[in-house]
Formats: sequence, C-alpha cells, structure tokens
Amino acid sequence: MKYSYYPGCTLSAKAQELDRWGRRAMEALGVTLEELPQWQCCGAVYPNATDEIATRLSSVRALSAAKEAGQPLVTLCSACHHVVRRVNGDMRNNIDIRQKVNAYLGTMEDAAPYEGDWTVLHYLEVLRDEVGFDKVKERVVNPLTGRKIGAYYGCLLLRPSREMEMDDPENPRILEDFIRAIGAEPVYYAMRNECCGGYVTMEDKSQAARRAGAVMDNARACGAEMLITACPLCYYNLRENAPSPLPVHYFTELLAEALGVREDRHE
Amino acid sequence: MNKKDLAAEIIRISGGSPEKCMRCGKCTGACPAFDDMEVHPHQFATMIREGRVEELAAKKGLYNCMSCFACSERCPRSVEPARLIEAVRVYALRQSGGNHLAADDVPGLLDEALPQQAITSALRKYAK
Repeated sequence: MKYSYYPGCTLSAKAQELDRWGRRAMEALGVTLEELPQWQCCGAVYPNATDEIATRLSSVRALSAAKEAGQPLVTLCSACHHVVRRVNGDMRNNIDIRQKVNAYLGTMEDAAPYEGDWTVLHYLEVLRDEVGFDKVKERVVNPLTGRKIGAYYGCLLLRPSREMEMDDPENPRILEDFIRAIGAEPVYYAMRNECCGGYVTMEDKSQAARRAGAVMDNARACGAEMLITACPLCYYNLRENAPSPLPVHYFTELLAEALGVREDRHE
Repeated sequence: MNKKDLAAEIIRISGGSPEKCMRCGKCTGACPAFDDMEVHPHQFATMIREGRVEELAAKKGLYNCMSCFACSERCPRSVEPARLIEAVRVYALRQSGGNHLAADDVPGLLDEALPQQAITSALRKYAK
C-alpha cells in the first residue's frame, strides 16, 4: 500500500513526535507514506467564509498533487485533515468555489482543473479501513497491557460529521478501537469530544485553561491514566493549559512503541 | 448598508440559513464557550435575521468562539450557527482597521511549547 503524505507545518516543527513515530509505524505495517514533493501550510483553520478563495488553495494543490501521483492523500494532524477534507468537499459540491479556485490556479500554474474527485484519508482511517485494526493487532510485539488510556478526539476529526465522515460525532469509537488494537484498555469519559480551547489560547488563556481543565478532570475522574490525541493544539492545551494534567501523548508514539519500532523506549 | 442588506451580506458570506432557526436552543446547549460569549449561538440566528449585525460585530465575545462546530453538529435544521458567527467576525475584521490581532503582537504571545498551528489559526481567525 502506497499513499501520498501531507505532514503539515506543525509536524515539521513542534509536533515532530507525531510525525516521526507515525512514519516509523506505517513502515513497520508495510505501508509506504510518500511525502508530497512540495506542500504548503493548510492554514490550520477551515475557511468558513464561503467567499474566501486564497485560503483554500494549498489544500487543493495537495489534493491535485496526490491525484497526479495516483495515490490517496493521507494526513496525520487533525487540523490539516479537517481543512483538506472540507476543502475537498467544497471543490466537489460548491460550483462557485470550484470555478474560482480553478480560475485562480489556472492563471499561475499549469494545473489541470480539480473537481474534488480525489480521496483524502486520515492516518487513523488508514489503520482502520485499509490496514485493519485486526492486522495492526497481529503486528503488535509489545502490547501495552494494563495501561488505562483515554482517547481525546477533540473537535476537528469529528465535526461537522456530514463533511468529515470519520465516525459518530457523539459516540465515536475509532480511537478506542485503536487503543484495544495496541493491547491497552480504553477509558470512556464524557468530554472526549469536547473542545480543548483551541486557538483561543492566543486570545484568552484562562478560557483555554478552563476548557482543557474540564476535559482533563473528567478523564481523570473516569480512571484514565493518560490521554492520546492526533492534534498538536489539543496536545498543547491539555499539557500546558490544564491545571494538574495527566500525561498526554500522540497516538503514533504509542503505536510505534507497541509495534516495537520506538527505539528510544525499551521497557 | 441598511439592516436588510447587512443581513443578506452575512448570509452570503456564511452560507448559513438563519431563517430556518426555530430557537430550539440545541446549539447554545452544546456551546462550550457559553460563559465567555455575551451572545449565544441561537441568538446570532435571530439577530442576523433582524439585521442587527453591527451590534453583533461589536461584541467582545465574538473572539471567544472556538470554532468547535458543536453548535452546527447539533442543529436539526442546518442553520449553521458556527458559520454565522464566523461571518460576523469576518465582517468585523474586513473593516478598515478591523483586525483583532496584529502580527507584531504574536511574539509576545509565544512560549516554548506553542505549536505553529496556534499562531496560524489565530492570525486566520483574528486578522484579515
């Protein structure tokens, strides 16, 4: 299995652990993630305003490049996935956006018009739908037995569900199934799909602290010993803004550990 | 712009449908920024319908919406409150001098662990 891979800016800088172990784990599973030869920042937030065109271009360029390579596009960061996935939907379903984006790109580069007719998958979807969690489980050499892990979904992977189409937005299971596949025990808690505060940490740190703190307190009260996430901003808010946080890790760190390819961990 | 045109402008930018709102309050019940916003998601729909856009655009809490999409997810009539709130914010930011965050302010907000994603998001959400 071979995919085009869009790491995004944060995974090349502050969230290198998410990227490094994600790549290493896929190698171990026999999946090739081929980084796009060129990519630009997705913009980190989806442009809700329907008249914004420039903020959609980088997603379209990435999707076009993957289409040209003939490989589905794979994202890992929740924010990148949210933006690229929704822009892909805009290109398929919104004729005004499609025409303007293609007119814009056509003036600058020798690109074929893009019509939203390519696939973007989140890394977790590759594990669930392409590799299969049962196969992941077979490849685990170091099961994380006895670890009580809370899945933290946050917002961006799940909502709006009719566009993201990853999982049930109110009662998701993809991360819990992942936790079971690596041999650990998922801990369910009510706030696993509530917002961590997001970018509001830049506007009002106390608001972000209250949001992240509420998530953390609920997870702890339900028996979680650590949280996992796919989002660098959730990771930051939970670790840095929540008062008295539990340990927080990227889910790829634990996947690499369970697959026995995390060289910095020998237990 | 008169109130009717302002309402039409917000609806155009947002792609949302405030006229479909039946004030069931599911959006506001789901909003994790309830305590931080003076006006709540269901009220955006009503006030936009009434053309009270300038009033909404002046609210400080406009910048406390976290774009978590809980309101839009729970809405049974596709009003899209998250898009309506964003459209009012965009309307405010697009005015001359309307930016809420300047690039020069960013260095003062950084810390060692802050991901690039936060900076890009904030500049996209708080400035045009």
